[in-house]
Order: sequence, then structure tokens, then C-alpha cells
Amino acid sequence: MKTSKLTGDRIKEYLALGKRFDGRKLDEFREITIETGVSKNAEGSARVKMGKTEVIVGIKMNASTPYPDSPDKGNLMVTAELLPLSSSRFELGPPKIESIELARVLDRAIRESKFIELEKLCIKKGEKVWTVFIDIYSINADGNLLDAAGLGIVAALKNSKIPKYDKEKEEVLYGNWSDEKLPLKKEVPLSITIYKIGENLIIDPTQEEEDINDARVTIGSHKGVISSMQKGNSGELSEEEMYNILDMTEKVWKDLFSSMEKYLK
Amino acid sequence: MSNKKIVIPGEVIVSGEKYLPGEGTEKKDNDIVAIMYGLSEETNELVKVIPLSGVYNPRRGNVIIGKVNNVTFNGWIIDITAPNSAFLSLTEVPRYVNKDGLEEVMDIGDMVVAKIWNINKRGIDLSIKSRGLGKIEEGMIVKINSNKVPRVIGKEGSMVNLIKNETRCNITIGQNGLIWISGDKIEDELLAKKAVLFVTEKSFVEGLTDKLKEWFEKENKK
Amino acid sequence: MTIKRFDGRKLDEIRKMSAKVGVVPNADGSAMFSFGDTIAIAAVYGPKKMHPLHMQNPKKGTLRFTYNMLSFSVTDRIRPGPSRRGTEIGKISEWAIDPVLMIDKYPNNVVDVHVNILQANASTRCAGINAGALALAHAGITMKDMVSSVSIGKLDKDLVVDLSKKEEDFEEGEGATDIPMTFTNNGKLTHIQLDGNIKTEQLKEAVKLARKACKEVYEVQKKALKESIK
Repeated sequence: MKTSKLTGDRIKEYLALGKRFDGRKLDEFREITIETGVSKNAEGSARVKMGKTEVIVGIKMNASTPYPDSPDKGNLMVTAELLPLSSSRFELGPPKIESIELARVLDRAIRESKFIELEKLCIKKGEKVWTVFIDIYSINADGNLLDAAGLGIVAALKNSKIPKYDKEKEEVLYGNWSDEKLPLKKEVPLSITIYKIGENLIIDPTQEEEDINDARVTIGSHKGVISSMQKGNSGELSEEEMYNILDMTEKVWKDLFSSMEKYLK
Repeated sequence: MSNKKIVIPGEVIVSGEKYLPGEGTEKKDNDIVAIMYGLSEETNELVKVIPLSGVYNPRRGNVIIGKVNNVTFNGWIIDITAPNSAFLSLTEVPRYVNKDGLEEVMDIGDMVVAKIWNINKRGIDLSIKSRGLGKIEEGMIVKINSNKVPRVIGKEGSMVNLIKNETRCNITIGQNGLIWISGDKIEDELLAKKAVLFVTEKSFVEGLTDKLKEWFEKENKK
Repeated sequence: MTIKRFDGRKLDEIRKMSAKVGVVPNADGSAMFSFGDTIAIAAVYGPKKMHPLHMQNPKKGTLRFTYNMLSFSVTDRIRPGPSRRGTEIGKISEWAIDPVLMIDKYPNNVVDVHVNILQANASTRCAGINAGALALAHAGITMKDMVSSVSIGKLDKDLVVDLSKKEEDFEEGEGATDIPMTFTNNGKLTHIQLDGNIKTEQLKEAVKLARKACKEVYEVQKKALKESIK
């Protein structure tokens, strides 16, 4: 059941006092845990829990033909499935806008930051390059799947090893990994979404809070350098709110990065 | 037979001619077999299984809290988090409602406390004619599993009354697991919500009322 | 000379199993079940109104089982989305559990079971059925019994219990025959499939082996439910 207007009004009243139902500050994340290597057949994988929200991200690689305009660069593809398992709100069937947008927003955060060094994923120029598949699955949806998935992607990529490749047979030897880790830049792009509820800006909403958001802005950045941004939902933002969002993102980014550093090495 | 153990579907709870199959069980030859996961309980040779989980099972006479999903020409369709949705006819409202004035009484998204006065093949019929029923104007809604409702109410209301006194809140508990809390301060409402969740998490603990008193003492010191 | 299994197991030895309920807080019931490296999770939502309306059964409730493997659960990535194999396995699983479900009192309602395979090392449909049955029980659905599933294989001439992927791919001698089966705890067979080649007499033996193995699976499922409350 979506958050009732009744409870929604209470949430807004409380936010105006700088407080949230679960005692968090407006710019505080829920408890985050990250586990890597949770799916053995994947080249890399991670499970992220943010409060009760849980996502699993897996990385698979295959050898394919490069795009004609980038003959010596690897390819990247991000998909997301909001599994019916994870919420009564998700149904089986072709991807809906929620999962499409999630995948595309996070794709841009990874792609535009050039986190994956695609130029190092060339097997034979013009003929064969590695394609990196990032597949996101929701396991329990309790708000802020975006940021949980964003963290999951980074953790899964850091966990990834390149499979061995048989040059003669032109075959990937799945299950047989080289010692080579997936080539990643040192600078880690973290995605942070700021949600506007009434007059207040918060991060990491529970589903109850997320149901009443007027607008949200997802920013992919590393230490203040922004590589991707998307505003979602139909609420308006004043100029000042937009600047506050940018400032808030920088602060939250620093907090998130330092608390997650051990997973992101 | 020792009381209250967790049983699973197909499990023999007890054997013996004298035993009778109550809810959640069936009798096969001399065995009382559980047909549901839950806690087995025996009273005067009647053996039943108390559910620990599962969706709300509506019963006639239940007071529930629901959300208006739709307004039709003659009433409101209400989501009571049960397998079937419920209907509140405009004739079951304690005042005259004009056929054009339904939205003014209650609109989509409003929460309401109502009583189930009839259940049949067509659906569930609600009424708000009695005292204490009607549209909810202010407060917050907490959702728990409907199976925990008796625990939150307590013996003769002892648990919920303890929470009401300690938090100075009005609390209405729907049998379907939706609880309406309303107080003068949001802090009081949140304390009441926390207390309710505390009871549902510790529902298997003995002497829970005392534990809840201790919990309140700790919370008040903060 | 009997076959030596790749992982050193005895012929009738099941891989290490584990099971847990309540793994998806949003669901009305949920469970995880694993045979060694094969991990399945299941979530149950319902009973609830059945949509689309034309699929409603006015006489009794409907069980709807979906099965889906995560793209990276196997070595060769599976394109995300529904597959024909997944659809068939969903139906088979539904038929494997239907006989014990007592949802007559929920006309026009549906009980949805969603199974996802997180990691695959063969016997995925069996793990899925085990997780699904556990999740249904955890959801408080009325069931007259539990069902338990396991795969029996024939590797060359020998019968083995609980096939792994390497064994599924076995090609020496008579190759591999894969026979997944599901039994109620009461001993009724609710699901059987077969791929390979096997004589009738040996198949009867395989069924007996499965009946025995399923009892072991049942113990793991029972423990998960009994220990669900701290």
C-alpha cells in the first residue's frame, strides 16, 4: 500500500523540524553492508543492503565485435530488473520505465566517468573486444534502489576478474579466470540521489518516504567532479534548491566514500 | 500434549482418538495433522494451529483500517490489505450523503476506520455507522502483520493501554494489522509506533508486558 | 566398477544443503534453499486478487509460479527477461506443488510464487521447488503437506543423487541421464522429468532413490521453518 496522505503529512511536518521517523538526519544513509563475490559464475558480483533495501549486481564479460566508431575499445551494457520477488509493486513482463531509467541513469554514471578503462579491453583491434555486462537485480525494495544499485555496481566491478581467452579458438574460457582484474580508474564514481519532499531535501528514503517525493536528482561524481546527472519526477526545483542539492551531494559523497572506503579499495 | 510448538504443513501434532481438529488442522485416522505453519495449541482436546504469518483473513465483526481506492456512484471501494477489496455503501454512513457528494465525505487516498458487517461471495461489506468509526483526519498509520494484532492488544487490552498511557496517544488497532496512532506531538506518536514494533518483534517472549514497561523506562530516560 | 564422482561424493550423497526463511522482508513469505553451489530464493505474495481478470477462477484460488535465472548465475550470461525454459519450469513447479495446496477458499485469488536462481550448479529447478514450498509454508498458506525435490542422475551405468553441472555434462559411456523429481513428505510423486537414456528397471530404482533423498531434503526444510523464530 502506498504511503497514505495522512502519514505523508506527518513525514513532512517532521522533516520541517529536521527529523525523520527512524531518527536519521536528513543527510544520513541507513546502515549499509556490502558483500562481494556472492555469485560464483559471475566475473564479479556484489550484494548491497541499505537498511532493508537489498540489490545484487553481477558482472559478466564476453568477447564480441567492437562498435565501428570505437574499433579498439571494449563495450559496456547496463541492465536492471526490478524483480517481482522484491516487491508486490513489480510485475513480471517487459521492462517498465522504472527499471529502464534506473539502468540508464547508472549506465551514464559509470560510462561518463570512464571508470572502466574500455581502451584496455581490446583483444584484437577492429575485430574482438571485451563487452562488460552489468546486471542489476532488486531483491527487496524498501526505497532508494538507485543508490543501492549504484554502490553495488562499483563494488561488483572492483570484484571482477577478466576470464581467460583462447586466442586460437577465439573462445572465452568461462570459469577460468586470469589474474587480471578488470581495468578500473582509481577515481570511484558514486551515485547519490537527493530527494525533495515538500520543502526539504533528504537522501536514502525508505519506501514510505520515497512514495511522497516531489522530485529527485541523481548525481554521479567523484570528489566534486560531476559526470552524470538526472532529475526525475514532476516536481519543480528552485534555483536555490538546485544549488543546495549540489552542495548536499558533495557533503554526502565525502561521508559515503569514507564509510565505504574499505569496500572500494 | 505440550502446548505451543512450531508445526509445519503435514506434520502430526498429536495422536489419539479423543482429539478434535480445530483451525489449521485436519484429522487423518487418529492423527491431528497441521495444514499450516504456525504454533500448535490445545485446549480441552481441541487442537488448532495459530498462524504466525500470512495475509489478513477478514471476519464479520472485525474493525479494520483501510484506504479509499475508488469512489463509485454509490459508495467507496476500500483496500483493507485482504485478498479481496471491501465496499462501503453510502447507506452505511451515519448521515445522509448526496449521490454527488461522496468525494466530500471521503476521497481517494483517505484512511478510514470501519467495521465488516458482512462477507459473501461478492465481497466484503463495510459500515461506519457505529461510534469510533469514520474517516481518519490526523495522525499516522503503522502496518504490522495481522497475526500479531492480538499480541499488541494484549489480554483485555493490557498491552495497548500501557502504550496509550506511556505515550499519551490515541491508538486504534485494525484487525487487519493497520494501526492508527494520533497524539499531540509527533515524538509521542513515534514512541508509540516504536513500542508497537517492539511488541511485534518480541511477540514470542514471556512476560512481554513487563518487558515493555522496562523498555518505556529506558526510552523515557533518553 | 562404480563411478567416482567429481567432488568425491558417495553415489547417494546430496551436496551440503542449507535453507532459511524470511529472506525477503517485503514478501508475505520467503525462503532461500541451496544444494551446494546452487542457490535459489523464493518469495510469495498472496492470496490476493488475480489479475488479469480473465484468468480468475471463480471456483478456487490459483497458484502461479515464476522461475527466472539471474543473468550471471551461469557461466554463459543469460539475457535478462523471460525465457521459454523458465516458463516451462515455472509450470512444472506449479504442478509439483499444487497437489498439496488447499486454496479452495480463495476463489478469484492468486498466490504468486517467484523463484530466482542466484547461482547455478545444476538441479536449479529442484532448488527452486524446495525454496518455493518453504516460502509458501512461511506465508501461512494452507497446505496438507510439504513437497521436497531432488535430481537423480545416471552417470554411465550408475545412479547418483543430486547432479552437479559437471555430472550433467558427463559424456563417457552411456553419458548422463537427468531425472528431477518431487515427492510430498507423505510419499506421493508430484513431479518427474527425464533426459537421457535408462532402462525401465533402473528407472524404478531411481524413483526409490529419490524418495529416500527427498526425506533428507524435507528435514532441511523442516529445520528452516522450526528455527524461523529466534
